[in-house]
Formats: sequence, C-alpha cells, structure tokens
Amino acid sequence: MAEMTTDLVRQPAAVLAKAMAEGEVSSEDVTRAHLERIAEVDEQVHAFLHVLSDEAISAARAVDSRRAGGEALGPLAGVPLALKDVLTMKGVPTTCGSRILEGWRPPYDSTVVERLRAADVIILGKTNMDEFAMGSSTEHSAYGPTRNPWDLERIPGGSGGGSSASIAAFEAPLAIGTDTGGSIRQPAAVTGTVGVKPTYGGVSRYGLVALASSLDQAGPCARTVMDAALLHAAIAGHDPRDSTSIAAPVPDVVGAAERGDVRGLRIGLVKELGGEGYQAGVSQRFAEAVDILTSLGAEVVEVSCPNFEYALAAYYLILPSEASSNLARFDGMRYGLRDGDDGQRSVEEVMALTREAGFGAEVKRRIMIGTYALSSGYYDAYYGQAQKVRTLITRDFAAAFEKADVLISPTAPTTAFRIGEKIDDPLAMYLNDIATIPVNLAGNAAMSLPVGLAPEDGLPVGLQVMAPPMADDRLYLVGAALEAALVDRWGHLLIEEAPEL
Amino acid sequence: MTTAHDTIAFADALKEFEPVIGLETHVELGTNSKMFCSCPTAFGAESNTQVCPVCLGLPGSMPVVNRAAVESTIRMGLALNCDIASWCRFARKNYFYPDMPKDYQVSQYDEPLCTDGYLDVTVETDAGPREFRVEIERVHMEEDTGKLTHAGGATGRIHGADYSLVDYNRAGIPLIEIVTKPLVGTGELAPQVAKAYVTELRDLMRALGVSDVRMEEGSLRCDVNVSLNRPGDPWGTRSETKNVNSLRSVERAVHSEIERQAAVLSSGGRVVQETRHFHEDTGRSTSGRSKEQAEDYRYFPEPDLVPVAPSTEWVDELRGTLPELPSARRARLRAEWGVGEHEFQTMVNAGALELIEASIAEGVDPAAARKWWTGELLRIANDREMELADVPVTPAQIRRVESLVADGSLNDKLARQVFDGVISGEGDVDEVVAGRGLAVVSDDSSLLAAIDTALAEQPDVADKIRGGKVQAAGAIVGAVMKATRGQADAAKVRALLLERLGVSE
Repeated sequence: MAEMTTDLVRQPAAVLAKAMAEGEVSSEDVTRAHLERIAEVDEQVHAFLHVLSDEAISAARAVDSRRAGGEALGPLAGVPLALKDVLTMKGVPTTCGSRILEGWRPPYDSTVVERLRAADVIILGKTNMDEFAMGSSTEHSAYGPTRNPWDLERIPGGSGGGSSASIAAFEAPLAIGTDTGGSIRQPAAVTGTVGVKPTYGGVSRYGLVALASSLDQAGPCARTVMDAALLHAAIAGHDPRDSTSIAAPVPDVVGAAERGDVRGLRIGLVKELGGEGYQAGVSQRFAEAVDILTSLGAEVVEVSCPNFEYALAAYYLILPSEASSNLARFDGMRYGLRDGDDGQRSVEEVMALTREAGFGAEVKRRIMIGTYALSSGYYDAYYGQAQKVRTLITRDFAAAFEKADVLISPTAPTTAFRIGEKIDDPLAMYLNDIATIPVNLAGNAAMSLPVGLAPEDGLPVGLQVMAPPMADDRLYLVGAALEAALVDRWGHLLIEEAPEL
Repeated sequence: MTTAHDTIAFADALKEFEPVIGLETHVELGTNSKMFCSCPTAFGAESNTQVCPVCLGLPGSMPVVNRAAVESTIRMGLALNCDIASWCRFARKNYFYPDMPKDYQVSQYDEPLCTDGYLDVTVETDAGPREFRVEIERVHMEEDTGKLTHAGGATGRIHGADYSLVDYNRAGIPLIEIVTKPLVGTGELAPQVAKAYVTELRDLMRALGVSDVRMEEGSLRCDVNVSLNRPGDPWGTRSETKNVNSLRSVERAVHSEIERQAAVLSSGGRVVQETRHFHEDTGRSTSGRSKEQAEDYRYFPEPDLVPVAPSTEWVDELRGTLPELPSARRARLRAEWGVGEHEFQTMVNAGALELIEASIAEGVDPAAARKWWTGELLRIANDREMELADVPVTPAQIRRVESLVADGSLNDKLARQVFDGVISGEGDVDEVVAGRGLAVVSDDSSLLAAIDTALAEQPDVADKIRGGKVQAAGAIVGAVMKATRGQADAAKVRALLLERLGVSE
C-alpha cells in the first residue's frame, strides 16, 4: 500500500474503504488528502462552491474513532464525497448556483444527505452547477463556470459539472449529482467518469431543490462502476417523506457490479439515438464498445423508438412548466435575496425586483416558457400534448424492452465543447441532451460510462446503458463487464489518461 | 361606489327577478396534523411555531398526503350522497401572494375526490316548512394559506398599513371545499335556503366528526354566488361575495346582493362579473377585483404527489362507519319527543336540537327542556344577537332550575330571573337564587294576608267569586302575585283564595 498512501486521491472509493477497514489508512488521512487536492487544483477547476474543511475533518475523526472502538461500519465509511449544491444540508449554504438563494442555510438535511451521514460518508463540500440545474455546461452558474479537467477551456458538462469535474480532477472519489434531462450522464460522458440516473423514485427527492419534479432524480457519480454501485446502494430506497419514491427493495446494484456479465444478455441499439448529428469520434468509440459487448457474449439487436424524435420538444414544455411553478417560491419574502425593499414599494414590486436581480437569463427564459405553456387556452396545446408524447415515449421503451434487456446509445452527441461556444445558442445547448432526455421522460434508469477518447480531439466519449424501471442492476451488469474489458485493453481506467493539472 | 340608493327593496326585487344562487364553502378539517406534513393544527398557538420545512415551502421540501384528511373528505362526500373518485389527483394553483409559502396552493382542480351529490334542507315559510334539494357539484381537498396581519393602518386592511406580518401556523391546514350546483327556484326564500344549507353542512360535519366547525375562529368560510334574471330569461351574470363567515352573514349576503343587482338591472345597467367583499358591520358588500381581469392560475397536476386512489373496499368500509346523519336524527327526535312539524322546525331553526337533547340526557324533563331552549333562552339569544348555542347556560343548570320549580322553591317567572342572573355572570343557579333573594313565598299566613288585602280592594270581584264565578279568581291571584313580586306560587294562591271564600272549582 506504499504507493497508495502517496496518492490517496487517485484511488477508487472501494479501494479506500477497504484500506480504511483494514486499518492501513485513516479517514482523516484520506479526507485531508482530498482537501489538500482541492486547495491545490480547485482554483483552476472551480468544481466547488463551498468547501467544508473543518466539518469534514471532524466527521472523519469521528469515523476513525468509532472504527477504533471496534464498531462495524458500512462499505463507504470514511470515504469523502462532493455534494451537488442542489441538495440541502443542515446549516450549510445551498445556492443551486443562483444568486437568489445567496445566504440561505437550510434548517434541514435532505434524505440523500441523511443517508450519506448514516453511511459515514464524509461530505467535503458543495459543487457548482448550472443555475437551478438548467443547462448542459455549468456556464449558467451565477458563481462562474466549472472547467473540464481534461481541457480547462472546455465545459465539464451540466448541470452537474461541479460534481463530474470534482471526481475527474481527483478532488473527491465520489460525488452526488442530479439528473433531470441528463445532468449526471452528460457530465460523466464529457469528463470520462461514470454517472447513473436511477429509476425515478429510486432515490428520495426530499431536500432536492426541485427543477422539474416529475423528471428530477439524484444519483451517483464516480470513477468506477463499482464505486457508483456502492454509492447508489447507500442513497437509494423508499422514503416516506417523498410520496413519489418507490416502496420496493433496491435492486442489487453492488452484486451486479461484482458479477459484471453480459453473456446471453440482449442489448438493444436504439436506431434513433445515433448517426447524423453525432460526432465521428463519438460514433466510432461507441461502435467499438458494441463490438466488445458482442465479443463478451451479448446479443446485440437493433430497436426502434420512433417517438424519441419528439422527446426534446416535449421535455422543453414539461420542464419549464414545472420549473415555472417550482421556482415561484423564490420571491424574496422568506429567505435568500431580497431586492428593492425600500419601505415604500409594494410586495409585488419587491417580488418582481428580487426575481429580476436574482435569476439568470436561462432561468428567466424557462420560467417564461413554462408560464406561457401552462396558461389558460394554451395548456392543452402545449403541456397536455407534451404529456401525451411522454406516454408514447414510455410505450416505445416498453416495446423496446420486450426485445432487449438493456438499450444502449452514445450518451452525448459530442465530446466536451469549448466554454462560450454554445452559450448564446440555447437550441444548440439543448441538443446535447437529445440522447439522455427520453429516459427522464419515461422514468427508467440509465448509466453513462467512458468508452475511450475521440480520435479527433482526444476527449472522452460516454456510452449510455438504459434499463427498465427498477432494473437498475442491469446497468451495473453491463457497465462492469464493459469497464473490465476496456481496462484490460488499456491497462488502466480512462481517467488515468487525463492530463496533470 | 355602492350607496344605500343603489339598492331596491327585497320584496320589490323579487317581483321582477328570479335569483340563482350557488355556494362554495371552505371548512378546516379537524385532523390532528396538517394536509401535507405532520405539524399540529391546534388553533391559537404562538405565531409560526407550528411549522416545518414542508408547510413553510422551503426549497427541497415535499408534501405527503394526510390519510386522515382523505378519509374525512370521503366520509363527507358519502354523507352528501356523492360519487367517490376511484382515482384523482391534486393540482397546483399558481399565484404570487406572501401568505402562500410556495406561491402555489396545492388543491384539486378538474379531478375532485367527490362529485355529484345533494343535500336536502328545510326552511320555514308562512305556509309551513318547505324542503329544497341543494345539488352538490364537488367536494375537494386543499391546503389553507398562512394568515396575514396588516399593522400600522387605521383599518387593519392592507391599504394604509405600515407593514404586514405572516403567520404560517395556518398554512397547510387541511380544507375541504364543497361547491354546490347553481340552485334555482328558491325565489324570496333564497337567503334562508342559503343559510339553511350552510347550517345543515355544519351540522353534518359535526355529526361526522370531520370538523367541529368553529365559525368564530374562521374555520368555515363561504363564497356566495348570486345572479338575477327576469322570469323566462337566461341566467344573469353572477357576482361572487367572498369570505362570508357566519350563518347570519350568509343570509344577509344573499339578501343584500339580490337588492343590489336588482337595482342595477332595473335601472338598465349591467351586472359585472366580479368578486365582492362582504362587510359584517354594514351587512353590505363592496366591489373587489373584476373577474374580467382575473388571474390565470395555471393549474396543472401536482407532480410531487402520487394520485389518490381509494379502493372500493376502503370506501365501503367508510360508508359503514357513517353515523346517524342530521336529517335522520331529526326524524327520530321528532318522533321520540312527539312534537308537531311546526314546533319541531322552530327548534331546528333555533339551533336548539343538540341543546335540548343534551338537557334531556342530563335528566331534564323533555317538555321543560324544549320550553326553556325555544322560549326564554332563545329570546335572550335573539336580544343579544348571539347563537343559541353560545348562551352560557348548561344542561346541568337547567336541571337544577327545574328541580327547584318542581319542589316549589321557584316558579317560572322566578326561574327566568335565575337564568338572567346566570347569563349575566352572577354565578351558578343556587348562587343567583341566594344573591337575588329569589324564593317562592310559601308561608300561608303572609299569602292569606295578601289575599285578604286584595279581596278588600276588589269587593265586587270577591262577590262574583262567592257567587260561583270561579274564573274571576284570576284577578285576585294576579293582584297577590303582584304584591309578592311574583315570588308566590300562583296555583297555591288560587287554592288558598278559593278555600278562604268557601268555593270549590
């Protein structure tokens, strides 16, 4: 373990956890190493909005002393983690990347944080994100963009760019993301990491500041499939405080990640998610991964999901509609920013001035679209139609899952683009999520894992695995098998090829 | 501007127009916890102490439906003869206001839990009691808002206030809204039918135990819709008078709105579709915002909640637990007490049934219980403009007074004075009797002395009685009662008088 102690930050969570369990290293050492790494590189990457140095150290010490006392601890005890700033943590600033929540310290823990604490995971801090999770590049954060550790001039994906960048930059072995239209998977794809959007209802949304309630889902971000599985198992499960959470046992994701086997598995290639509009290097690495899966014993079939064509349009009605309502509470009356309260202005004026000053352009755009779509006389044509499309997409998935056990596609049509490249072109930005959005609309589970670097730009390419609702374990079965084969081929994880910061 | 001249007399209005009325009634359910969180619902706690992230609408918090509230709503729906939806959803009603923590209210919109019921109500007319069937459009669940207090102004209203305070203790209290279909054919009885309907709803909710309906705490609020049309014409444009918060006000609100609209229409004007505010002090309403510039609430299904899907088994089980409903109970009591329809309706209208029933349960003779509650005590309630139930006399006190009357210590006239003393806060029955020195004069010698004095003052009457005209005795008895300030037992005086004069009945 000599090598390991010199470079703790490069170890996967599972390796760190085992070393701590065997007494080779303490949680305090591991936590300090990551805090030092953050101090060293985060000025360049800007993955964190808030670092909890003292709290993390004292939590690590508490874990160490309980372990020393002979207490049996969980599989991730003492492992550090980065938390997306959209989840509440008692007493810790939660901004959602927005000015409007500046200064707000929630008085309660989200269920995800509660479960992380129960698993003795050490929370290092809160990560940057597109404001209220609206975006695919983290450029829409009110606190400045996060940079991709592979190329600091490029975006780390979004909205969870802070979480993906933090693990790609070895600032944390694990991170929590949230995925409304791809915000875990697309950042994973462009940073060469693993990200999973669990089945809708698989992980409690209590304490997740809602963007679009019917689409949002928190999930694990990691550098390995096994690490993602361990984190998935720690945060998932029924929560009586979220009535949309599923009251059923969590699929055995860790067991599936251990087995990593695709023999006899029917893997469906989604015809509509690929080809035109996809970067050549993305398509190439994807095709190679398909070949590997075939060579591992999977049966690859082509499936068609004709209604996926309408997914983006439906998504950009449903999301803004729900967001326009979810974001109404940010009115300056109770918490966060208040602007223009001079003792003379009316409540309505102060609300309007606060929202004018506190929300960024993308948030305002989506609130306006959503307000319009829900308006009397337009509801049926927009929100109503979009819900019908959603039903059709769910049916497409159901039909496809009769022919295949899992479906696959490239995660994103391109590798990481340059900061500023798409900021003025919302539609181009939205197209980044074309392959990830159908899963959010249908509510099933999906994973992105790295399958190589695009030859033309040397940047990571992600492959998406999609499973039926509550069959999240299949993601790990496929992901672990493919990861093992790739590591075999490369001799190391793809992330090891990231340039030094 | 509304002035007294803008109305025409009610009777005249009804000669020309027919009213259509409709009522939307909001009632706070009596659940222990709020609609979507486990905060307590007790009234009167210190401001903002019965709150949590959910009912404060803090970012990230999520609602969970209170099963007891759904159960209460289903039971109410069943009692109102409604269909119970096998699947329905909550919806968000979006609008910005500081009393709403989330700037949307979780309510039900096009998928209410209960639909298509009815409630029969009876009103008293000169031609006897008349029954009306009020059809129920829907019963749905929603959460209450917080309570705003406007400080620093003269009126307590938002205009002119220096600042406003919000108490979110009320935010998230479960409400049910009961909406009637438009009710036609009530004519001049419209105000009474409206009042009888809300009274009946109140009694129904109390009987079901879904709410104790504390109207003085604002736990029942009515929106009153009224339109007028000339006979044979289509229905007119309606106004909606908001927040009518007592039974008496419901009646007054319908009454005054009929007068106001009749004046507008008679002078060739047009009724504006608008919201109006009712003023308890004047019994009149003033114009609020016009519906023609109304907000668009952008309703959509609440995505944070799963649909409510009560099973047939559950609904049947709840149907089985419904108690005796007020109408059935009234029929039973009337039979038990053996009273006529008219007399019984008087008791109902007085709101005296529970009081009489409770007094009988306390051991008071049924006839005496009815006599007191629909007589003296009702008169006192009317004098003081209060509900009969709020008259501070207990069944135990009535029993005590009755026992004093039975053993001859009090007569009816003295008993009335006892109640006056009790209500005026002079203490319990015996304390009032002692304090006021109320006791029947039963000493024969002092009564005989008074009789002799009265006979001496009216010798002609004395002769008539001696001559066998026994009915003339009343004049002497009256004089004796007057002389003893009512503290004598009239029957005893009469007996002594006849004995004195040597005549028999």
